[in-house]
Amino acid sequence: MDRVKRTLAPYLLVLPGGLWLLLFFAVPMVTMLSLSLQEGDVVNGFVFTGHWQNYVESIADYQTQLIRSLVYGAITSGILIVMSFPVAYWIAFYGGKRKATYLFLILLPFFVSFVLRTISWRMLLTDDGVLLHPLKEAGILPDDFQVLGSATAVIAGLVYSFLPFMVLPIYVALERIDPRVVEAARDLYASPITSFRKVVFPLALPGVFAGVLMTFVPASSDYVNSELLGSSETTMLGQVIQSKFLSSSDYPSASALSFTLMALLLAGIFAYARSLGTEDVMKVAAR
Amino acid sequence: MRGRFRLGGAQVMHAYTWLLIGWLVVPISVMILFGFNDPSGRYNQTWQGFTLKWYGEVFALEALTDALVMSLIIAVLTALIAGALGTGIGYALGRFRFRGSGGLNLLMFAAISSPELVMGSSLLSMFVSVGISPGPVTITIAHVMFSVSFVAIVVRARVMTLDRSLEEAAADLGASGWTTFWKVIFPILLPAIFSGVMLAFALSIDDFVITNFTGGTTQTFPMWIWGATRVGLPPQVNVMGTMIFVGGVLIAVISNIRAGRRRVAA
Repeated sequence: MDRVKRTLAPYLLVLPGGLWLLLFFAVPMVTMLSLSLQEGDVVNGFVFTGHWQNYVESIADYQTQLIRSLVYGAITSGILIVMSFPVAYWIAFYGGKRKATYLFLILLPFFVSFVLRTISWRMLLTDDGVLLHPLKEAGILPDDFQVLGSATAVIAGLVYSFLPFMVLPIYVALERIDPRVVEAARDLYASPITSFRKVVFPLALPGVFAGVLMTFVPASSDYVNSELLGSSETTMLGQVIQSKFLSSSDYPSASALSFTLMALLLAGIFAYARSLGTEDVMKVAAR
Repeated sequence: MRGRFRLGGAQVMHAYTWLLIGWLVVPISVMILFGFNDPSGRYNQTWQGFTLKWYGEVFALEALTDALVMSLIIAVLTALIAGALGTGIGYALGRFRFRGSGGLNLLMFAAISSPELVMGSSLLSMFVSVGISPGPVTITIAHVMFSVSFVAIVVRARVMTLDRSLEEAAADLGASGWTTFWKVIFPILLPAIFSGVMLAFALSIDDFVITNFTGGTTQTFPMWIWGATRVGLPPQVNVMGTMIFVGGVLIAVISNIRAGRRRVAA
């Protein structure tokens, strides 16, 4: 009896949460896949016809937005690596007793609602806003200077939104480095630059990869920043999917686009997860 | 010479770190500042004078207050449900070896790393297909779905570091498995469970994208703000945002100090 209880215990513990994930994460993905192959409209209902042309047509219609989303996402992650590395490095090696405090300060934006943070940026960047108006008055910027609505504004917003997700994993990777390894490199006459390039950076790479994973995915699928800070020139795929789902109820082609985006993103993630092991990525993600 | 060069680099990075923190704080300061603004028109965009009146009238806009209350109710429910379910998963994964644990890890990993846009739209696809109309219930279902894995990971990490001799000692003293869990293990896990619950609460109250897809016309705090951006945000939004910010920071700081004390005591 006791042994039966022992073997059953983990399953009973896992059952409610596991079912919840299965029912509201895995099953919906299948439903969406099915919906993406259906035909019809919201009034007469949708019928499954294996209509794979939904994919061909919607990708052809929105390839500009699809490519733009991936490009914005890639640029965002690239900028974030360069911006975050020195900070993560300094906190990991020179933060001393205040490491936790510095990390907390990096996390401060998360205490403000995502939408509200982005609206604050819009207020700052708006043509006659708190930031640009004084700069124009002082003659530092030309009167017709405009940044809101540009790709720069959208990417800057994305960089701001996801910065902590890059700093934290790089910090975690750097923090694990044994300082003696770096000392050994120096003792073997490696210059500071060589020891960084050959020792520190390779050891930090898992963190950089995790950071890319945690910023590229949300950045390239985001629609809040491009909606609030961009214009019709910067429309991202997320906006298309959102309006097809919520305004025009064009579910099949919205599902096809959504699935395409996820397939592209997940293909990259799983290739990476396999090369590194899921456990490790999860551990980094959990910090 | 070598030492001086390194010190110089460190100082530059130190200054840069503070510069970056300053940049991160800019929009937060703007949000807080404009809660004290006294705008003449509908647009709270330019600074026109200091006032405290919005703090007095913070709940004057009924629809906004309702949205905030809705957010709080959903966040509390999410925290409780995800806390319970996530603790179950986290304890099982940390304590037992069992068939299917690999698949469960993979499912959690997929749920954490999938784009919110895709999770939200696929849930909406399912609700539409099954004929469930979106509302507060579907929002809560969705929020529990995306936060349960985070709770599980936090709890699992604590369970893995548990000293198994504690259980053996309890068993030697004649405690049953059930008693041991509630009297010995659970109290030790409680801080981890609490952090998981707080994390779920924070994820839920801030969520916009998934709520946008699964909520229909239900107004939560972020949804209301999103809808109101086109007509201009009232200063009450800034005041509420400031209150959430200050509350969140206080809770984080206090629980951190208490965790530090526990570490010192232990």
